[in-house]
Amino acid sequence: MKGEHKQPAYLALQPFGTVPTVVDGDYKIFESRAVMRYVAEKYRSQGPDLLGKTVEERGQVEQWLDVEATTFHPPLLNLTLHIMFASVMGFPSDEKLIKESEEKLAAVLDVYEAHLSKSKYLAGDFVSLADLAHLPFTDYLVGPIGKAYMIKDRKHVSAWWDCISSRPAWKECLEKYSFPA
Amino acid sequence: MVVKLYGQVTAACPQRVLLCFLEKEIEFEIVHIDLDTFEQKKPEHLLRQPFGQVPAIEDGDFKLFESRAIARYYATKYSDQGTNLLGKSLEHRAIVDQWADVETHYFNVLAHPIVINLVIKPRLGEECDVVLVKDLKVKLEEVLDIYENRLASNRFLAGDEFTMADLTHMPAMRYLMGIIDINRMVKARVNMNRWWEEITARPAWKKLMVMAGS
Repeated sequence: MKGEHKQPAYLALQPFGTVPTVVDGDYKIFESRAVMRYVAEKYRSQGPDLLGKTVEERGQVEQWLDVEATTFHPPLLNLTLHIMFASVMGFPSDEKLIKESEEKLAAVLDVYEAHLSKSKYLAGDFVSLADLAHLPFTDYLVGPIGKAYMIKDRKHVSAWWDCISSRPAWKECLEKYSFPA
Repeated sequence: MVVKLYGQVTAACPQRVLLCFLEKEIEFEIVHIDLDTFEQKKPEHLLRQPFGQVPAIEDGDFKLFESRAIARYYATKYSDQGTNLLGKSLEHRAIVDQWADVETHYFNVLAHPIVINLVIKPRLGEECDVVLVKDLKVKLEEVLDIYENRLASNRFLAGDEFTMADLTHMPAMRYLMGIIDINRMVKARVNMNRWWEEITARPAWKKLMVMAGS
């Protein structure tokens, strides 16, 4: 909120000036999905296997992780910026873009609805990075963005959302790291 | 039985997968999906790729879409043959993933609408959004500066070897390099120019260009 991510000290860690960056001793890494993959692989032997058990299962995880990045995230990011942050960040909220983004996201969620009617989680019958990657921004969608109906009106998407958002790890995350007032 | 790739050989996302196959020396078959007639939006293809895009692969019973996921899958499955695209350690792989994800979030978000407006729309007889393209080019220059800085101290994006991070940029970069002022932007940057010359001299890339009729 104070623009710290655009200051030289942070740009030395992450040259695009965005968050997050993870620093572990001398090792540093940015891009949240790259960090997720690294952590899931490094700690594969503990907790749930978030990358699937086989190369083929991992392929399905990567597929839905990429769907989140390329297809789900962009319209939802527009909604997040223009509904939640426009006034705070000082730019005019674009109503036309909000309408178009909601329509795009609705079309994507229709595909998810059909897929989740045949599959418990995105990559199969196991929870994976692909499901977790959807948590933060969908939490915005059903909360401060005020469009919970987009999830609730779709039976299987709604059941999937209830399932992944009730995971203890996510609840702990929300408790410990709530949005600054 | 060889893997079938559904897509158009001249399109950027199928090319990403084809380039991976060529680098990894994997045999494949292309099943042409005609983008000019919107075959990718027809029911038969929607069964393979529900978002109506290319590419999708079928490898026996195994099916996958999203070109970057397909490329990662084959690079992992065939890690012992062809070019090593995923780094030498878990830490190195994560840096490869990092710069591959940079392509998705910082590079492609600009490259894709530029190519749509300056290359695809004219072909379809549609109007180009001139104001948008101008704005995108300004943002692209800023991103290229970051790449220039990275390549000043690294031969390739993820270090001293060619990896998925470099490969994933190539199809869209090639379209951008066909646009005069963007070509000049890249050539004006010493390290970007050096990197582009080196990676496009690779035999796999040259084979792909022949396949794409370039």
